Amino acid sequence: MAVIIDLDQCTGCGLCRKNCPYGAIEMVDRKPVVGGRCTSCGACIEPCPVEAITTDLPPRRPVDPAAYRGVWVLAEQRDGRVNQTVFELLGCARGLAEKLHQEVSAVLLGHGVENLAADLFAYGADRVFLAEDESLAHYRTLPYTRVGADLIREHRPNIFLLGATHLGRDLAPRIARRLNLGLTADCTGLEIGQDGGLLQTRPAFGGNVMATIVSPYARPQMATVRPGIMQALTPDRNRRGELVKIRPVLAPDDLAARVLSVVKEQRARVDFHQAKIIVAGGRGVGGPDGFRLLQELAEVLGAELGGTRVAVEEGWIPPERQIGQTGRTVRPELYLACGLSGAIQHRAGILDSRYIVSINRDPDAPIHSVADFRLIGDLFKIVPALTRAVRDAAAR
Amino acid sequence: MRSGGSASGTPSGAREFQQEQTMSEESKPKGLKIIVLIKQVPDTSEVRIDPKTGTLMREGVASIINPEDRHGLEEAVRIREKHGGRVIAVSMGPPQAVDALTEALAMGADEAVLLTDRFFAGADTWATAFTLGLCLEQLRPFDLVIAGRQAIDGDTAQIGPQVAEGLGLPQVTYVRALEIKEDRLEAERVLDDGFEKIEAPLPALVTVIGNINRPRPPRLPGLLAACEPQAPIRVLDAADIGARADQTGLSGSYTRVIKTFSPKVEREGETIEGEAETMARTLVLRLRSLNLI
Repeated sequence: MAVIIDLDQCTGCGLCRKNCPYGAIEMVDRKPVVGGRCTSCGACIEPCPVEAITTDLPPRRPVDPAAYRGVWVLAEQRDGRVNQTVFELLGCARGLAEKLHQEVSAVLLGHGVENLAADLFAYGADRVFLAEDESLAHYRTLPYTRVGADLIREHRPNIFLLGATHLGRDLAPRIARRLNLGLTADCTGLEIGQDGGLLQTRPAFGGNVMATIVSPYARPQMATVRPGIMQALTPDRNRRGELVKIRPVLAPDDLAARVLSVVKEQRARVDFHQAKIIVAGGRGVGGPDGFRLLQELAEVLGAELGGTRVAVEEGWIPPERQIGQTGRTVRPELYLACGLSGAIQHRAGILDSRYIVSINRDPDAPIHSVADFRLIGDLFKIVPALTRAVRDAAAR
Repeated sequence: MRSGGSASGTPSGAREFQQEQTMSEESKPKGLKIIVLIKQVPDTSEVRIDPKTGTLMREGVASIINPEDRHGLEEAVRIREKHGGRVIAVSMGPPQAVDALTEALAMGADEAVLLTDRFFAGADTWATAFTLGLCLEQLRPFDLVIAGRQAIDGDTAQIGPQVAEGLGLPQVTYVRALEIKEDRLEAERVLDDGFEKIEAPLPALVTVIGNINRPRPPRLPGLLAACEPQAPIRVLDAADIGARADQTGLSGSYTRVIKTFSPKVEREGETIEGEAETMARTLVLRLRSLNLI
């Protein structure tokens, strides 16, 4: 691996040696000799006055998209239950696949999980690849990587989506590195571009910037998708598909790491994605007493209670109720933001709410700029008044 | 900045590593050799967007050791304190990332390696993991690689697993408790609804989350020593680690960023005025007419 110098053309000027960042070129008898430190960076090519230097690196070309077909979704399951995110991914995959005139496949790994295929068909899969083995019963990085990567090599899909869950974020980078694929983490938007490539949009820098990313050089285009963002389709129980059974072949090294035990912790999981209304509070709520006011409002509305990072850090509400970039992303019909300024990290987690109400006494609070209804005033007066007004309205 | 690239034709780093290996064959070294991956990041809580251009304003934003990497370093130092051995902090970044490694030394790392080269710039996670992997190959044999789960500027959580795959190591991510038992590790890996206990043979790679430990502050004497010119920080470039130009940086990346923009969030909105009671009743009317309540 090196640059190639045509010594017949070379005038021995030594500019290449001077421009090499690595000291890889030596002049011997007034002619350049390229040594082992050359990285083929090409820094010597441009300066050569007689164009005697070329590189042996082939230029990189985008892949031929026609050779890869299908939108795949990893059907993450644990203890025989499909993760809710999978249904969201299938909904998203259907949209992408229809635009591409391709099919949706779900990849289901586990042991004794064949019965889950019906759900996957109902939510939009045309095909389910089913790999069952005792060693796949509980998720482990290496066996799942082996089966997933081998399946991709054999069937050459165009797109492969995984949930940005603790499982998906462990597995996806491993597969992408093994197969030399582009991978975009934590996508919040996926679209098909004009050239048929996958446009992957994700937040970066703590939600301060959105970036759209493409993977032109390899297929499948891989992405993990943030839970709670994509829309699941209404399940169609009459929908049928093709079940393809795979016999997994594992190497002994794949089994080197073992799961010794799994402990469920009573980390109460809040069903934000089921909630039609969410009442949330931040620093301005001031403490547990303030959150009791929010709780009362949430109760009369049948809403879930959430909060900002500050509210969690202060211990006013439990961590599983944190909403925002580092917490949960939510998309309720109605989001009531009380006494929270709306830092970008928080706003990033609520943008897809259908309606947003802001209650904050600071007229310049950023939350007001994203709200459909702004109430500029003291939440300690407005929130109890709202509770009463909702109760009155319901009684009428 | 210290110069690590020698023009002698032999990577200066590789030569030292070879000596170390020869020694280890004669007498098995005591303790563990632990690599910690460190990234210098802008403090994203300070990052602002230029309202006119919609681009990131990084000027004047402090650079810090990525928070979870700091926890990784602390864990490595604790393991060394218990089992003996050496902690080597490795970072890829611009020349000024040497500051992060200086701080790492002051927190207890025994030595540090900075991978810096203009051809490393613009790397996505594949290219970054590839480059780090080349360096780690030179540092073999090691027992453990520790990284933060994710960096606060990118939030991808991909570097750990991609480095592990490149080196053929088992991995445990999202680790909140770690114990070394002779030739294997036991780790608690956090799940959405609990945790799992995983056993893996060494060498292995783990990524840690914030609640694994409380990092010690850098010691001032350590910080002063780490700023000395003879501090054990080596600076290596692409040639030192044998990185081909088309496999690193932007050229080695499988992804391309084609657009960045600030999140468009503004809504028209209506300001509801009046006393608290009036505001409340007006809002309830609006929400009812939209069938929201």
